[in-house]
Amino acid sequence: MEKIQVEICMGTTCFIMGGESLQELASILQRKYPDKVDTKGVVCHGLCNTDCQYSKAPYVKVDGEAISEATVEKVLTVIERKLNKDEH
Amino acid sequence: MSTNDNQIKHLKREILVRITEAFLSEDFEENARKIPYVMRPKGCEVDLRCCVYKERAVLRDRIVAGLGHSIENDDEYTLLSTYAKQAVERQKPDDETLTVLQGACKGCVPSSVHVTDLCQGCVARPCTTTCRFGAISIINGKSHIDASKCKNCGMCINACPYGAITKIIVPCESVCPVDAIKKDESGHARIDFSKCISCGKCIGACPFGAIHEKSQIVDVLSRIKEGKNVVAMIAPAIAGQFPYPMSKVRTALLKIGFSDVLEVAQGADVTTLTEAEDFKERMAENAPFMTTSCCAAYNELVKKHIPEIKPYVSETGTPMYYTAEIAKKKDPDCVTVFISPCSAKRKEALDNPNADYVINFDELGSILVAMKIEVNNLEDTEFETESSKEGRNFAVSGGVAEAVRSALELKGENVEIHPCLVDGLNKQSIRDLKSYAKTGKCPNGNLIEVMSCPGGCVGGNSALNAQNKAKKQIAEYANEGKPVVDTNAAE
Repeated sequence: MEKIQVEICMGTTCFIMGGESLQELASILQRKYPDKVDTKGVVCHGLCNTDCQYSKAPYVKVDGEAISEATVEKVLTVIERKLNKDEH
Repeated sequence: MSTNDNQIKHLKREILVRITEAFLSEDFEENARKIPYVMRPKGCEVDLRCCVYKERAVLRDRIVAGLGHSIENDDEYTLLSTYAKQAVERQKPDDETLTVLQGACKGCVPSSVHVTDLCQGCVARPCTTTCRFGAISIINGKSHIDASKCKNCGMCINACPYGAITKIIVPCESVCPVDAIKKDESGHARIDFSKCISCGKCIGACPFGAIHEKSQIVDVLSRIKEGKNVVAMIAPAIAGQFPYPMSKVRTALLKIGFSDVLEVAQGADVTTLTEAEDFKERMAENAPFMTTSCCAAYNELVKKHIPEIKPYVSETGTPMYYTAEIAKKKDPDCVTVFISPCSAKRKEALDNPNADYVINFDELGSILVAMKIEVNNLEDTEFETESSKEGRNFAVSGGVAEAVRSALELKGENVEIHPCLVDGLNKQSIRDLKSYAKTGKCPNGNLIEVMSCPGGCVGGNSALNAQNKAKKQIAEYANEGKPVVDTNAAE
């Protein structure tokens, strides 16, 4: 099974619009799913610069799919749903 | 930022971003007027309030505060475009720092002890026996509190085995250390500015985000646009706010349009040396204790609530005071802007002719978002004057006392120093300070460091980063700094 790819934006806009709380996400995922999830920090997904979409920041991408107004809980839910689907 | 106030912070920052965007656009006034409609367009989902009109009305009030005006003085029919125009033309910021949005304030239920439906009407009835005021009786098989007798002591809350009795609190009132915010006759919160020390605790406490700082964002951007030399003076706490190095944060400020960036840690070094000297002299004269003087909320507290402690407060100026002096000496025509972790510094700047404006970390962050400045991609620039390790640590509780101790030690002074940290102003710590002043004795030390925010300036109301992260970053940055006293040059 391929690992789930999680990209956490550490760009200025995402950080200021709430990404500060995502700083712990990488370590949480590392602890919870060391073999199933790969996380990396990126500078900007380029989503916040279009059409006032900074109001939906911060962004996290899970397997390329963008999660807006991301929180640790929101990202974990998406990952858990994916993992459950793979198991069935 | 804790998880529960994320939404409010997000909303307040979005407003500031949109105000900045409007300012940078071709037509500031018109675009400022439209912000509530852009944020809540026709037919949009309404998730926070009863209807779209109410949401827009509250947003409008938030923008009025964002443009630096008082909601208390707002007549409700003045257009945002008019307020925007006035903000650009204003030469001096408004007098008080905070404003309450009546439209956003829920008008919470008054604080009281309340018996909930969980009351089982038990036989033991510990609530009735615990109450020392005879306020609890059993009516229709359930506990009942007679409000005229209840003293809100909360003894019954602990006594109930079902946890059926609870205290209803008014968040802003309960966090205010000086009883400056109270519900008025309409039930809405109102600030008594003769008591308010601008500590900003109510801003973070209100779950409706009804308390705003009156922003000077437009004033600062206007001075930059006019081509003035606008100097940013960054508080030491900034080193913990962004996940980027300080050399890049400096470049980001230059990119916004500031002509120079000074570390307030530089002024903190003057504070440290002056305060160490002050402390030494006082101890030589057998003073029982001295308190620090760098926290603006504490200085307001002394002025408004504990004048009796004034003789014990160091005469030393704050780091902002010395930094602004340095900036104005270098260029008397420059406009100085303190970049602040808290609302209290706004008040201090209003009283200091050398400090022209204050913008907080929230506002700085919002300007970066509006200007699409990606800090991590910027080149590094160096500060002209390197600040010390001790100065950089001013942002953390214990840092100021440690700086004074370190300065005395490095200078080889033999003065006995026992720091006593007041890590956060609240009703208890204020009672303690009053008792030190009254008795002329402090049992816990002879150098009392007072920080209004728990944790120090890193815990300020406009912090962008979590406090533990911020502290770690500041410690790393501080350790790269030079000592506050250059022992080699002291010959």
